[in-house]
Amino acid sequence: MKLNDWIKNNTIHHSQFWDLKKLVEEKEKQGLKISLCLPTLNEEKTIGKEIVMFKSELMDRYPLIDEIAVIDSGSTDNTREIAATFGADVYLSAEILPQYGEKKGKGENLWKAVYELTGDIIVYVDADIKNIHPRFAYGLVAPLIYRPEVHYVKAFYDRPLAFSQGVRPSGGGRVTEILTRPLFSLFFPELTGLVQPLSGEYAVRREVLEAIPFPIGYGVETSHLIDVYEKWGMEAIAQVDLDQRVHRNQETRDLGKMAFGILRAFLFRAEALGVIGTLPELSTVLKQFQAHDEEFEQISHTIVEEERPPMLELPEYREKFGIK
Amino acid sequence: MKTDFTNIEEILASLPSLPDKLTAVQETLIANLIMLSEIPAPTFEEEARVALLLQRLVECGLDNVSSDEAGNGVGVIPGKDPSRNILLVAHADSIYSNRVDHALSVLADEIVGPGVADNSLGMAVLATLPTIFEALGIQLDANLVLLCSTKGLGRGNLDGLRFFMDNNKIPFEAGICVEGEKLGRLSYTAEGMFRGHISCKLSEELDWQRVGQNSAIIALNDVINRILEIPIPRRPSTSIVLGAIRGGKSYNVMATQSSLRFEVRSEDADMVRAIRERIDAIIADVASSHSAEIEFTVVASREPGGIDVTHPLVKSCRQVMEALDVRPTIRPSMSEVSELIARGLPSVTLGITEASNLHDLNETIRINPIYTGLAQLLAMLFAIDGGFCNETE
Repeated sequence: MKLNDWIKNNTIHHSQFWDLKKLVEEKEKQGLKISLCLPTLNEEKTIGKEIVMFKSELMDRYPLIDEIAVIDSGSTDNTREIAATFGADVYLSAEILPQYGEKKGKGENLWKAVYELTGDIIVYVDADIKNIHPRFAYGLVAPLIYRPEVHYVKAFYDRPLAFSQGVRPSGGGRVTEILTRPLFSLFFPELTGLVQPLSGEYAVRREVLEAIPFPIGYGVETSHLIDVYEKWGMEAIAQVDLDQRVHRNQETRDLGKMAFGILRAFLFRAEALGVIGTLPELSTVLKQFQAHDEEFEQISHTIVEEERPPMLELPEYREKFGIK
Repeated sequence: MKTDFTNIEEILASLPSLPDKLTAVQETLIANLIMLSEIPAPTFEEEARVALLLQRLVECGLDNVSSDEAGNGVGVIPGKDPSRNILLVAHADSIYSNRVDHALSVLADEIVGPGVADNSLGMAVLATLPTIFEALGIQLDANLVLLCSTKGLGRGNLDGLRFFMDNNKIPFEAGICVEGEKLGRLSYTAEGMFRGHISCKLSEELDWQRVGQNSAIIALNDVINRILEIPIPRRPSTSIVLGAIRGGKSYNVMATQSSLRFEVRSEDADMVRAIRERIDAIIADVASSHSAEIEFTVVASREPGGIDVTHPLVKSCRQVMEALDVRPTIRPSMSEVSELIARGLPSVTLGITEASNLHDLNETIRINPIYTGLAQLLAMLFAIDGGFCNETE
């Protein structure tokens, strides 16, 4: 498929899916079960609102979502209490598959959700969205319901302000434009068709989620895209414009750590796929600077981008889902 | 649930179990609240918020949903007897401009955000009533007309509601105005009131001879001093509130413009009129002595009035509150209820929950008392519907 055709055919605006009644009918016809997963770590300001909104609109009013689960990395604020108050199923990540130990990171929660949740489709939505709206879930699920060839739907956010000419710049955040897009341009040019490859909201079919490994940290999105692309091709991927998303802004330093994690995950993928040659041993330490008066000092962050294996390789998973 | 009551006592007896039943609509109510509240709706710009309310009512299956020339939104939950009608009003506008971040935070027992109590919660109650009726199996005898009125606050002067009352042909039996804050609020009288805006302008040319002696601020200060000299009687209860003042540019620049916004209220219409005339005279006097251009405009006004404390509507409200362990706070009102009363429609204002930081950006409502507030509202609808709030001839 030509990239331009892909962009044209597989880039969709959420407003196409306004008819929730029709969407629910189609879902029921196919007998699909849909799970919503909210990975959390100290999100007490926004989690309650997200759950109330999804439960009211996409469970009570239009029964599109069958379960809402919060997978928490051990919040020290009231995240879990608030989530339970509003009726979500709340899990502590460490208590799911405890025999495999506990690792810290969003990817870990997403991976454990594949075991714990029972949906045929899992939609992941970050828990820090201030302007939450049901479209953040139904917009991502809808292409999977209407188009059987689509397996992985990624969100992007593009709200045009006033523009006098027809052309305006668009794309992702700082890490996307400075790191991920250049890397994709060099090694996986078709993946540059994604407007915001790092966005934290996506809906995926179980047969994809159970078959791919999960980096536990920042690299999970990048790694997933490469794996889905390699195994199922571009036609399995779609992206949906969800308009504006309001969330916390991150410091450049934190983005540095994120970029480091993504780069490690990317390089391992590229090496495993034979896209680049054999890598030397890669450091897990990112160095940044701080200064006391005239003295400069380096601080080291150890960022280990460990990886969880595909769920299909776990006997517990195969047993739970009856896979021989 | 049982909705055909033969007397008010039956309604009161059904009350204790009602708040718990209402928790079933928690998510719908809060979702409505979030969606409505996050759309800015400063007075005169309520269109988008009203449109969402109407969309929600249509989604609930109401057939009779519309908006009018004044931008009011109206939906009707049909009753068994098409000739009977009860009016339920919540104002749509808030005091926040659309530059303010309208995002709400939902915590375990509180919801925080600008305007959440005044009056997003009132609107959310309107939006959720069809769901409540369906969940509890309620059908009234009378039609319930849900009116979301525009242009209520400040300069809006209740224009939306006035338009609706001038132009609709529906004979209402009674009206209830719903405000988010606060549970126990009971208003059935209105004070006479006007809101005034005084602006003071001096010529731009600087008169070096008079630097330090003349400025729009000094002129306005004179006006204020003279207003404060107006004798205010204790009875009839009367007050002058100096609400906001603006003027000048910097430390050492002669102020050429200043303005004052204030409100005069009294139980007695004659007193309101007398104070207004007095202010007219003060303005003329100060303007001539400062060679300033001073303008006084009345931007909103209300006539005093009310229904009697012994009116069955008021009595029922008190009984319902007592049955729910809610302490009534009785206060005269300047809001929607004053307009309904002035037109001879027996009406009250009821609050839904406890609130704090009112009119601040961190305005906060408590979630749990909402169900008591809703139970109170339903009980009053049953009481009006059962004909227990009519005055005996």
